[in-house]
Amino acid sequence: MLGEGILKGLAETARNFAGSFVSKERLTTVQYPEERAPAIEASRVFPFLVYDGPEWEAGLRCVACQICEKECPPKCIYIEKSKDKKPDYVGKLQIYPARFDIDVSVCMSCQICVEVCPFEAIKMDTEFELATDDRFGGLLHDRKSLAKSNEYYHTIHPTEAAEVDARLAEEKAKVEEKARAAAAAAAAKAAEAPKSEAPKTGEGTEAQ
Amino acid sequence: MTSSFAENLDQIFVLLKHWIVALVPVPLQPLVGAVLSVAAIIVVFATLFAIAVLMERKGLGRMQNRYGPNRVGPLGILQPAADGIKALIKEDVVPYNADHVVHFLAPIVLVVVVFMGYAVLPIGRNMTFVPMDAGLLFYFAMGASAELSVFMAGWSSRNKYSMLGAMRAIAQMISYEIPLLMTSVIVVMMTGSLSLDKIAEVQNQYTWGLPHWFVFTPMGFAAFVMFAIAATAETNRSPFDLPEGESEIIAGYFTEYSGFKFAEFFLGEYVAMLSISGLGATLFLGGWSAPLEVLNVVPSWFWFVVKIMTAMCVFIWMRGTLPRLRQDQLMNFAWKFVLPMTLLDLMVAGLWRFMGEGILRWVVCSAILLAAYVIGGRAGMKREQFGPRSYRYAE
Repeated sequence: MLGEGILKGLAETARNFAGSFVSKERLTTVQYPEERAPAIEASRVFPFLVYDGPEWEAGLRCVACQICEKECPPKCIYIEKSKDKKPDYVGKLQIYPARFDIDVSVCMSCQICVEVCPFEAIKMDTEFELATDDRFGGLLHDRKSLAKSNEYYHTIHPTEAAEVDARLAEEKAKVEEKARAAAAAAAAKAAEAPKSEAPKTGEGTEAQ
Repeated sequence: MTSSFAENLDQIFVLLKHWIVALVPVPLQPLVGAVLSVAAIIVVFATLFAIAVLMERKGLGRMQNRYGPNRVGPLGILQPAADGIKALIKEDVVPYNADHVVHFLAPIVLVVVVFMGYAVLPIGRNMTFVPMDAGLLFYFAMGASAELSVFMAGWSSRNKYSMLGAMRAIAQMISYEIPLLMTSVIVVMMTGSLSLDKIAEVQNQYTWGLPHWFVFTPMGFAAFVMFAIAATAETNRSPFDLPEGESEIIAGYFTEYSGFKFAEFFLGEYVAMLSISGLGATLFLGGWSAPLEVLNVVPSWFWFVVKIMTAMCVFIWMRGTLPRLRQDQLMNFAWKFVLPMTLLDLMVAGLWRFMGEGILRWVVCSAILLAAYVIGGRAGMKREQFGPRSYRYAE
């Protein structure tokens, strides 16, 4: 009969109306500032720089190779290389960024910097409350504010961070293996012909 | 003592007005009285508008399992104030090519004519601003002027969306104006008066404590249903909100309005809803009369407000439930179902009058209307059977 569907629909909305007062599960809204939705692992907002160990400046993985700076589509990254060098995670001496700035207002969260980084040094953060009342300084993040520990990386993207750690450990083991083999070979050679010099080995990781 | 207290409470606004008017010199008294009444109507119905908007936003939210506005003030009750301030401080943009004068006048015309309708509505016992003999006629004249404002807005904006919205609005409002008038004619036939005060007065009688509202007669009920449908269409409410149709034509006829002019359209729409609810209540639901005889101690104006706010709740409920109609469905519904039903209802009202007292007329009139409803509904809902779709050139 005409109007039956309307009555059914009205009953449905009435049920929702009454039900929303009775059961909290019906209400899907998360009252944002007071309560928060659980963090989504795959979410990404803005890049940060990963550091190992307790000291952020010493532990920065970034070697200031500037690939991200060149690849960044909106050109929001600015890097200045250091004059001196510091050891990286395998103990090799590398230059480091003396300045590493990213402009939040320009960044488009594309993650290209993360994908091109050969050192697993830059990753995407899930922190989204980047609003500030300082239009210029507040939106330009320097390396200090960008540096976040590997532990933090593990808390926001556990799966990805574990993969990265495994890869780095593997690489480190490979390097160490190679070094050990080289050392052994050198020792053997030295034992055999003490006059000859040990050959130098090393990964060609010093990207420039 | 209690009855006199109830009477005083019932007439409190009338007494207040007389008391204030008595304070000014005699030559000024009519003017002051009129200004007082107008101010009261504007303040009261603008407040009801704010309450209705809040109710709508919160109610719709609940129907969709959301909270609705709950940030401004406790439980979000100050949201209308925030909306008002926002509308006031917004930039007023007028399109370069718009007809500036008409563009400026349209929202004013809407608000003015919509408030004019209240002049003849009996808001309570002895509480009609202008107790006109042809109040119903005046009301419909004002209601029809709202269409003018809509077309002024749509035409002067020089925008295709506004134009389409205005065209739709005109087509829709004129189509539904006819059933709206026809259903009112049924009430006029039953009371023999065009005066809204008289109509409310006639319904303010009780048998066994139950009221003599027209909605409790077969043709009155049918007329009330048709009136409700036509009133929804007349005020451009969902499911008849084609003139706005935000998914197709942005905001329809007021696409090019911003800031306070937009707020005026918004106000006009809601005040028109309140006013047509008031008319519906007066015609079919006994106006200011109490739903039970014993409840007559409660002031009459309270019952009127309760009735229109209940009608608003139904409007909101409908909006939360029904999707928008298509233009052809809208027209078919108006001309092929609502109008024939109203015409039949007119005849039934005549039959009722001439069948005399007794149970027989209840049975006969109800049967005719029910049968017409079922048959008309069946016929209207019958789908045209098309064959399988064939493509002439795409084989």
